[in-house]
Amino acid sequence: MSLDLSAHLTATAEARRQIEICNACRYCEGFCAVFPAMTREKAFADGDLTHLANLCHNCRGCYYSCQYTEPHEFALNIPAALAEVRQESWERLVGPAAFSRAFHENGVAMAGAMVLGIAALFGLIATLPEGEGAGFYAFMSHNAMVALFLPAFLLPLAAVGVGVGRYWREVGAGRATLGDLTAALLAAGRMKNLSGGQGQGCNFEREDRYSDARRHCHQAVMWGFLLCFAATSTATLMHYLLAWPAPYPPLSPPKLLGVPGGVLMVAGALGLVWLKTRADRALGAARVWGGEMAFILLLAFVAASGLALYAVSGTAAVPVLLALHLGSVLTLFLLLPYTKMVHGFFRLAALVAEEAMKRRTPVSSGGE
Amino acid sequence: MANDLQGPWDVIVVGGGNAALCAAITAAEAGARVLILEGAPKPYRGGNSRHTRNFRCMHRGPLSVLTGSYAEDEYFDDLLLVTKGKTDEALARFVIRSSEECLPWMEAHGVRFQPSLSGTLSLSRTNAFFLGGGKALVNAYYNMAQDLGVTVVYEAQVTHVVLEGDRFTHVEVSVASGPTECVSGKSVVLASGGFQSDVDWLARAWGPAARNFLIRGTPYNRGVVLRDMLDQGCESVGDPTQCHAVAIDGRAPKYDGGIVTRLDCVPFAVVVNKHCERFYDEGEDVWPKRYAIWGRLVAAQPGQVGYALIDAKSYNLFMPSVFPPVKADTIGELGQKLGLDPAKLSATVGAFNDACRPGKFHPTERDGLATEGLTPPKTNWARPLETPPFYGYQLRPGVTFTYLGLRVTQDAAVQTRSGPLRNVWAAGEMIAGSILGQGYLAGFGMTIGTVFGRVAGRQAAAHALTKKETLRVA
Repeated sequence: MSLDLSAHLTATAEARRQIEICNACRYCEGFCAVFPAMTREKAFADGDLTHLANLCHNCRGCYYSCQYTEPHEFALNIPAALAEVRQESWERLVGPAAFSRAFHENGVAMAGAMVLGIAALFGLIATLPEGEGAGFYAFMSHNAMVALFLPAFLLPLAAVGVGVGRYWREVGAGRATLGDLTAALLAAGRMKNLSGGQGQGCNFEREDRYSDARRHCHQAVMWGFLLCFAATSTATLMHYLLAWPAPYPPLSPPKLLGVPGGVLMVAGALGLVWLKTRADRALGAARVWGGEMAFILLLAFVAASGLALYAVSGTAAVPVLLALHLGSVLTLFLLLPYTKMVHGFFRLAALVAEEAMKRRTPVSSGGE
Repeated sequence: MANDLQGPWDVIVVGGGNAALCAAITAAEAGARVLILEGAPKPYRGGNSRHTRNFRCMHRGPLSVLTGSYAEDEYFDDLLLVTKGKTDEALARFVIRSSEECLPWMEAHGVRFQPSLSGTLSLSRTNAFFLGGGKALVNAYYNMAQDLGVTVVYEAQVTHVVLEGDRFTHVEVSVASGPTECVSGKSVVLASGGFQSDVDWLARAWGPAARNFLIRGTPYNRGVVLRDMLDQGCESVGDPTQCHAVAIDGRAPKYDGGIVTRLDCVPFAVVVNKHCERFYDEGEDVWPKRYAIWGRLVAAQPGQVGYALIDAKSYNLFMPSVFPPVKADTIGELGQKLGLDPAKLSATVGAFNDACRPGKFHPTERDGLATEGLTPPKTNWARPLETPPFYGYQLRPGVTFTYLGLRVTQDAAVQTRSGPLRNVWAAGEMIAGSILGQGYLAGFGMTIGTVFGRVAGRQAAAHALTKKETLRVA
């Protein structure tokens, strides 16, 4: 019976109960991709719910517009129900599960990991022989950095890759085309699903009033992160292809990409932290609130310590800030599959999958 | 809370749904100090507007999300069709003509429209849908009212509107079941809906069968203020014995089931009563034009219950139901599961099947695929039930609103036998009976509420801000 309100429903069963009610209503069709996607089905398999959950950006527009939220007996809370399924899907699909639960749920564990990461870098910098290079390479050679960070980056990525592959099979996404990928990247690049459908934004820090603050902060973090990533990638290419090692002057590509990227990341992350303190926790996966908060702060710390490292160039503070920055980066990379960071990969996969499914099965129009 | 109550107020608005909010915003924009007394707690604010989804709008060309054009005469003809002429033509045409300017006003006050929802393509020319539905509209209006400095008090049950002769002086109100307080204002706008959630009143009006009805909308429309005004000699309109009921899923909650409890399968179904007899042409017209009559049809059947039966061919032609249908591999088994006589049901469906004729089936328009020699006939979409699995849905009447209301002038002034009251205006479901004497037209309730809400707010503010109230020297 779809309306059994027992408290012991699993996240998926509860989401199914709620989505079946939504699918009979559809008033929220204009907010985001989730509601049109659900009209393809009359019955929802577990994989369908995994897909809808990862497509949901938690904009909360549907919650504040819903005539069936508590105290109504239907007790709909789609943002929370889908957040629970989404969270559960990452923890289930990305192994090992023990790591997932430990860090997703626990900000203290993440902070502990960061302390360990930074301590490890202090230890390495203290014990490794003095580097040959200039700038920070004087404290840690380029080869030592590559030896440490290449596996610390690639292994977690591989774990995420396996998880996304499992997701793809679970939701039955089928073959995707280049056009699907392009459309998904455009949606992610503009955070279309946080726009409220008409550019008014989402319902987050001001209850039922629309605001673009979260969308803007999110994009600052995302684009800031991508700029920083591009800075590191460019520097790597310059190092190997042009035999041009760091340090780089202020008007070189790594600095031109990295400095604005770092500033955007810090500003965006602090903005997200502030917004998160003002939003209703009961409209998300409440059990991971602390872990999400710690993750945003970790991002902010990575970016801020990177900017600080640049700022203290040539002073005695370089080794300390180098350890702080590289230690936090190491933590970010290693925890990538087991923190909110993983949402980016799954969200993009869901957007691509949705484009592919939409192309094959145009959304039903209830007989019209 | 209590401090919020004592104004001074220029305009007191009784009710907190669409019409009340349109009145409050209009009055506040005119410069009036406005108090909204909403009977529901905050999560249930907005009356039946919480459950609405669109606004029927006249337009001479494409307007916002509306395609094509929808002229006054066509709109009025649609209204005549559903009301069978039970409408006040002057008021109806006034509402229809005013609707065109309402849509831009709504957008300017925070309402967002979207193209018609999936499954409602038939309304894309005539009805503008609210992004997020009626609750989103209600939220937008409350935010707008707050920005304009309107004071809102929730759980404020007005028990008595005090009149001195032809003039309103104050309301008696109890907040959160607290003691009765008197709140005075220069004008009052009454927009607190009909009486459909007072089941005792329904049963007195309709008969004991009404206790079996489900109430689709808010549990807070108990008609307290409507009754109070009628008791004080205000003129009534609309049939006091009638309510607007549609056929909904018989398993829906007693109150507040809203849109999801609808069943759109009737045009593709064979509908029988508990004795397995068909009782009306299921294929009379496209569903949006005919869904409104089925509540009364089912209410007139024994036990106020009906059963809509379809086969696998039709399962994906209509909106999904909120509760899963009863499913079986034969008509007899389906009858058994629904608690109907299997042999009788098989005979009824067999006779229906034999009366079907070959032809082109078209699910979204009248296709003329009719039965032959069957009483009552099915005049469109008549296809035999032959492809298992078969599905069955129980139907019960779901009350949306009542017709009984207050008679108003075109200025929304409340009428008594000795003429209109001087500073009392009414809007919304409370007055809709003049225009909607019977039946219903999708999205028209919101049109009446918006047009008359704005008129009432404008009149109430004008009265409060220009009237030099003569002080009585004792």
